[in-house]
Amino acid sequence: MSKNLTHVPYYPGCSLKTKALGYERSAMDCAKAIGFEMHEIATWNCCGASFPLTKDNLMGLAAPANILLEAEQHCQEREIDANLITLCSFCYNTLKRTDFAFREEPKKLETLNAFLKRQYQGSIKVVHYLEYLRDVIGFDNLAKMVKRDMSSLRVAPYYGCLLLKPQKEMALDDPEEPVILHDFLEAIGCQVVDFPGQVDCCGSYLIMRDPEKVLELSHNILQEANDYGADALVTACPLCQSNLDQSEGERRGSDHYIGVQGMPIFYFTQLLAVALGLDTEPHQFERHCIDPTSILSACLEDGAKPIEAKK
Amino acid sequence: MAKIGVFVCQCGNNIARTVDTADVAEKTGELSGVAHVEDYKFMCSAPGQEMFKKAIKDNNLDGCIVSACSPKMHEATFRKAAEDAGLNPFKVEIANIREQCSWVHDDKEIATAKSKDITKMMVNRLKYNRPLERYKMPVTKRALIIGGGIAGIQAALDLANAQIPVSIVEREPSLGGNMARLSETFPTLDCSQCILTPRMVEVSNHPLISIHSYAELEKLDGYIGNFRATIRLKAKSVIEKDCTGCGECWEKCPFTVENEFDMGLSKRSVIYIPFPQAVPTVPVIDRENCPKFIKDKCGLCAKVCGQQCIDFTQQDRVIEEEFGAVIVATGFKLMPNVYKEYGGYRPPHMTPKKLTAKIRKTLPRSTAGRLVDVINGLEFERLASASGPTGGEIRRPSDGKVPETVVFIACVGSRDCNKGVEYCSKICCMYTAKHTMLYQHNVHHGKSYVFYMDIRAGGKGYEEFINRAQSENANYVRGRVSRLSKKGDKILVKGADTFTGHALEIEADMVVLATAMVPQEDAMGVAKNLGISYDQHGFFSEQHPKLMPVDSSTGGIYLAGACQGVKDIPETVAQASAAASKVMQLFSREELEREPEVAIVDEKNCMNCWDCVTVCPYNAIDRTEITNRQGQFLKWAAKVNPGLCQGCGLCNTVCRSKSIELEGYTDQQVYAQITAFEGAFV
Repeated sequence: MSKNLTHVPYYPGCSLKTKALGYERSAMDCAKAIGFEMHEIATWNCCGASFPLTKDNLMGLAAPANILLEAEQHCQEREIDANLITLCSFCYNTLKRTDFAFREEPKKLETLNAFLKRQYQGSIKVVHYLEYLRDVIGFDNLAKMVKRDMSSLRVAPYYGCLLLKPQKEMALDDPEEPVILHDFLEAIGCQVVDFPGQVDCCGSYLIMRDPEKVLELSHNILQEANDYGADALVTACPLCQSNLDQSEGERRGSDHYIGVQGMPIFYFTQLLAVALGLDTEPHQFERHCIDPTSILSACLEDGAKPIEAKK
Repeated sequence: MAKIGVFVCQCGNNIARTVDTADVAEKTGELSGVAHVEDYKFMCSAPGQEMFKKAIKDNNLDGCIVSACSPKMHEATFRKAAEDAGLNPFKVEIANIREQCSWVHDDKEIATAKSKDITKMMVNRLKYNRPLERYKMPVTKRALIIGGGIAGIQAALDLANAQIPVSIVEREPSLGGNMARLSETFPTLDCSQCILTPRMVEVSNHPLISIHSYAELEKLDGYIGNFRATIRLKAKSVIEKDCTGCGECWEKCPFTVENEFDMGLSKRSVIYIPFPQAVPTVPVIDRENCPKFIKDKCGLCAKVCGQQCIDFTQQDRVIEEEFGAVIVATGFKLMPNVYKEYGGYRPPHMTPKKLTAKIRKTLPRSTAGRLVDVINGLEFERLASASGPTGGEIRRPSDGKVPETVVFIACVGSRDCNKGVEYCSKICCMYTAKHTMLYQHNVHHGKSYVFYMDIRAGGKGYEEFINRAQSENANYVRGRVSRLSKKGDKILVKGADTFTGHALEIEADMVVLATAMVPQEDAMGVAKNLGISYDQHGFFSEQHPKLMPVDSSTGGIYLAGACQGVKDIPETVAQASAAASKVMQLFSREELEREPEVAIVDEKNCMNCWDCVTVCPYNAIDRTEITNRQGQFLKWAAKVNPGLCQGCGLCNTVCRSKSIELEGYTDQQVYAQITAFEGAFV
């Protein structure tokens, strides 16, 4: 490809290399098609997965601070804009709040720098892939790149919690009435179904301790989305996807949970890849508990008319 | 040579414990200019003051220092005593050796040395004190009241009954304010309009009260005792003196718009009075919506008016009136009902920046449509009111059905720094309890739930009222509601019951929000117009939170009602009466006395930079032309209006040519005080 792609450093985190491999691959493919390239930073560690809520214990910030430090070096070596793109909501939340903590209280960074291998200067801006599409690429421009007709899809955006909250620190969108996924899905040509449960809790890591609770919560979400007329859910969080998707498999045949069945859960990048006309083979639809390909067939069918690329 | 008397007070043991007052008196006596010293146990006692007066007369003193407590305590006492003894009161100074010395030190030696220093500094300063005279100013004995709600009505009646002429400026076409909207009032459940309208009639019939309805205050100039108000009388398009209020015009008017008096729950004609008991009973034409003004069509009202008093050509009139005092009673509004506007809970300041016009058009969507059956407290009042849109039957706005299940949510927007305001809206616990009763009286088989955080019912008969509401069929649930969403034709209320620790879901037919009381939208503009201060929420600030709760920060302007802070009706009325009595005090004298500690300008030196004009928070500095004896213009100079100057000293500090001085705190005095400092105790 002769096009000069923008180089954007990327922090994957654990899920993107394991359960959510399809999310990472589709995101990378889409990026190339859109005009930027995600480069994994050379060395990285676990982000810590949850932001430490003790105000005085800075040890919890050491892991995310180290990631920011690596990213800073990555950018400095290549003399590129100090952005760090993430996909997972947990990573995004932890890194962005760490960044916020450093900006609010530079003393914290000063203390932590004494423990890091080099001095982190605080230059990195943490962005979510979705945020990058909205603010850098622009949903309007994105709409012009759409190659396949997605209008047969009735999908509901599902945000979960960590992408948006706490509002003051994340500052991505309104925490109760978010619009970013809605606008994204509208841009790629889907029919968007909003439902009140879109910011409800999926159960998160209760899946480890109390899986029954997750079954219940995710059932409520899916049932509500179904009631509002959605055929599928779209999320940006690997844990939400996993909880919603797997619990559907576990509830199958249960007498307790009656109602919605077989609603596929997409990563937003998987739908974007379809819309951009990319090959979805590497995007691991086969690893979903609920097979999403059947509702995509209308879009993917060879016979389906690709829409005229707008100028 | 000055003849200064120094009086050192022991204050019982308060000062004498750590300060050797005899030593202080002796040492101070040796200073040049000191003619007389005393060391006494209680200077402020009657014998102490007598001794003080006698010493002035006997020794023919021309200045006195009292080394005692803070000047905040007894400066006025000793200045008065000096005046009685024939000495200019501004030749008396207090040296504070109690709060600033004896109370904060343990070491007697150090404290005594410091007391000597403090006293010596004041002696040195006193040598440059000029005898000052208090300013005397005439008073215009008329009061202006801004706002014709219950606060304004009460204040107007109190003043007018004390023979003081009053003008009320009310923005709406009628007096009454928010109280006119209420159905019944807590804790006695008497009908709001029944107790309010007689007072409105009394106001309208009182010969000393003039009502400027449909009018706004544009500007207020002047100072305490001598205000000049510019009032805009908006064109009513009706000739007031001819109108009999027969109602022919508003009954025949074919056009309707949302009725703001009914909180948009009903329609009103374009020529209208807000409610049947309106005072004055003169309709106004809403020019923004009247087709006669938009496209020159209709004009039916003019045809049906028997008195021929419709005048489409009427213009706004601007009048100027003189007043001696102002009472601000602009009242409150409720925080916007965000469910109606956005379909989800989002206070206006949380609206994301990206919420462009395009997106706004498609909102609300995530909670699937406007939740029109989520209403606020005032809307419920209108539904329950016999003169309201439903004639007093509780019917929900969407389809007019009688709601079988109603959820009341307290503390919406209040006590919530993240999504609303931090303060407690105070009246909501009570009116929510009242709402449950009104609902129960109306819909006997209905179920009502109240989600609350705490019940705050501190008032006479209030707790008893809450107990009654709780024991009659309202279900009180302690906990917050997390989400309201649409479910069929019902509203799904998801919340928590923190007593049982369980999540709760209720399918309600109607939800009533006790949204926080906030100041009127333009309250800050009004404050700037009047030159009074306001707090971070926009409520007008009182002079002192405990001891001067009805005085604003500006002399001659007083506060009444909910514009100063959240209040219920009894408190509002009490404050209005208090404000009225303050005005009576002010008007009880023929002339006003002002302290002479104000800024004065050395006109020769003034170099017209006008920094002082910019910095003065009280608008007390003006420009004046300096002319010679022949009346020829020489130069410009700043001029301080002593009626407005509060003696804050800001102009003093910014003046680069040192041509403004604060009387009583001149540079000379302050330098003399500082240079006398020895610091022996440091």
